[in-house]
Amino acid sequence: MIDARIDDITEADLDSGTSVPLEIRSPLAEFWRRLLRQRVALVAGLLILVVIVAAVAAPWIAPFDPAEPDYENVLAGPSALHWAGTDAYGRDIFSRIIWGARISISVGFLSVALGGVLGVTLGLVSGYFGGWVDNLVMRLCDVMLAFPGILLAIAVVALLGPGVANVIYAVAVFSIPIYARVVRGSTLAVKQTLYVQAARSIGVKGLKLVLRHILPGTLPGIIVTTSLRMGTAILVAAGLSFLGLGAQPPSPEWGAMLADGRSYLGVADHLTFFPGLAIFLIVLAFNLLGDGLRDALDQKLRP
Amino acid sequence: MLGYALRRLAGAVPVLVAVSIFVFAFVRLLPGDPARLVAGPDATAQDVALVREEMGLDRPIWEQYLRYVGQTLQGDLGRSTKTKLPVAEEIGQRFMPTFWLTVVAMVWATAIGVLIGVISGVKRGKWQDRLGMVFAVSGISFPSFWMGLLLINVFSVRLGWLPTGGYTDWKSLILPSFTLGTTVAAILARFSRSAFVEVSQEDYVRTARMKGVPERRVVWHHTLRNALIPVITMTGLEFGSLLGGAIVIETVFAWPGLGRLLIDSVSYRDYPVIQALILLFALEFVIINIVVDQLYAVVNPEIRLR
Repeated sequence: MIDARIDDITEADLDSGTSVPLEIRSPLAEFWRRLLRQRVALVAGLLILVVIVAAVAAPWIAPFDPAEPDYENVLAGPSALHWAGTDAYGRDIFSRIIWGARISISVGFLSVALGGVLGVTLGLVSGYFGGWVDNLVMRLCDVMLAFPGILLAIAVVALLGPGVANVIYAVAVFSIPIYARVVRGSTLAVKQTLYVQAARSIGVKGLKLVLRHILPGTLPGIIVTTSLRMGTAILVAAGLSFLGLGAQPPSPEWGAMLADGRSYLGVADHLTFFPGLAIFLIVLAFNLLGDGLRDALDQKLRP
Repeated sequence: MLGYALRRLAGAVPVLVAVSIFVFAFVRLLPGDPARLVAGPDATAQDVALVREEMGLDRPIWEQYLRYVGQTLQGDLGRSTKTKLPVAEEIGQRFMPTFWLTVVAMVWATAIGVLIGVISGVKRGKWQDRLGMVFAVSGISFPSFWMGLLLINVFSVRLGWLPTGGYTDWKSLILPSFTLGTTVAAILARFSRSAFVEVSQEDYVRTARMKGVPERRVVWHHTLRNALIPVITMTGLEFGSLLGGAIVIETVFAWPGLGRLLIDSVSYRDYPVIQALILLFALEFVIINIVVDQLYAVVNPEIRLR
């Protein structure tokens, strides 16, 4: 906090010799103040919000039924009626993208939530107990991190079979070690803080100490990781569907739509252009928001 | 130096054991008769009995595992249920295409990524830096499979300059390696920028500048050389993620490599091939990690002394 106050003192203030009013801000207020400075992250956050609202409201706002074929209007380019054109069955691509947002956002959210809960728990256990528990958990994480996420995900799909539900597990698996590492690091730091020492000294211990006093201290790392992981999870899930291992064709999943549109390259480019753009923009938005949050929360998680 | 190398090598053994247990457990975790799964859907009862004998399924589990490890070490990876060919042979045919794809992608990704990162680091806060970092965050967020389709559309379908896919000559390598390298180039740009910025805040850089060392020399000699040490590690580690990316890219470009084989095998449930490929990828990552560590020790003498 002291840094932030010094930041606010301008040279003019020093020269004029006026005293600068020092106000003590709560960490939350400080976080908001810093986040509001991150214009790009705010725009990204707004885009994410719009996509989430669109996904929830899909039945009411999508101009067409995403599954309704219209054989009069096959492979039509973008127009006033069909904003993103129609596909090989005459289905409205814009409506399909809106419905597809439901799948991408929920797969991203569920997989990150699942991986996050397991990873955070492992990280807390590892950091709190230390010793051989810590060693074991961290070695396990090393093994998992030795593989690129997509390979782990494909191994899980190979084991469980293709499908959206299994993609959620597949993507969750490779979020676990990342959360575990981040949370373990913060736990070690938080354990040393005065307030945890104080809580310990008045006899708080065990689960209560971890959940009430340590976990909140690890939140900044968890928040940043979640935003960055959402981007990765959506990207990998779309990739798996593109490969035919996730959502299957009639479903308006963005990656599956891209795979569908492949055969019409050069004939009807809008089939691949708009779903691809949708994936790119949402992943970009989560990454930019994550970067902004990291700066606002002063976390050094990723270079 | 040798001691360090050996210690690192020993450290890799648990990882390989863990992966081999996972791969071993793979078909045994699936519902159904493992022998039938491995033999394939159209195997005769005789085939299944043969596979059961080969896998030693009537034996205690630890004996099965040892038998599996023994067979694997001798290069016996079983037969593909799809083609009936030995898995080792299938994989052998697919190895070189993936090797070339990843190596070419790595070379240009490193060159472009580090270049952009260093320019951004030197011109911190200026337009070059902003442009470089826009490239970086876009590259990280870009779905590689979409980029592949966009490039095929422009350079193959419309302009007709390059083939749409397949593994033929150097021309066929251009689009897939470019697509594959972009993400890594973006990651390396970001990483080398922050490495450069970090080093440029060190005392010895400030001292050099203060005593009047020319700016060009400060950048090249004092900053860049030290900033490159972590960049080398990162580059090596990203080689592993390139192998992962290749799985997706090979499908886009109909590239007859290991990644394409893995996807086909998963779709076909060709378990012997899936098992062998997971093991092979794991082995590659472990080897890459060790090589990176060695390189790191060569570049940074501090490590060697430990």
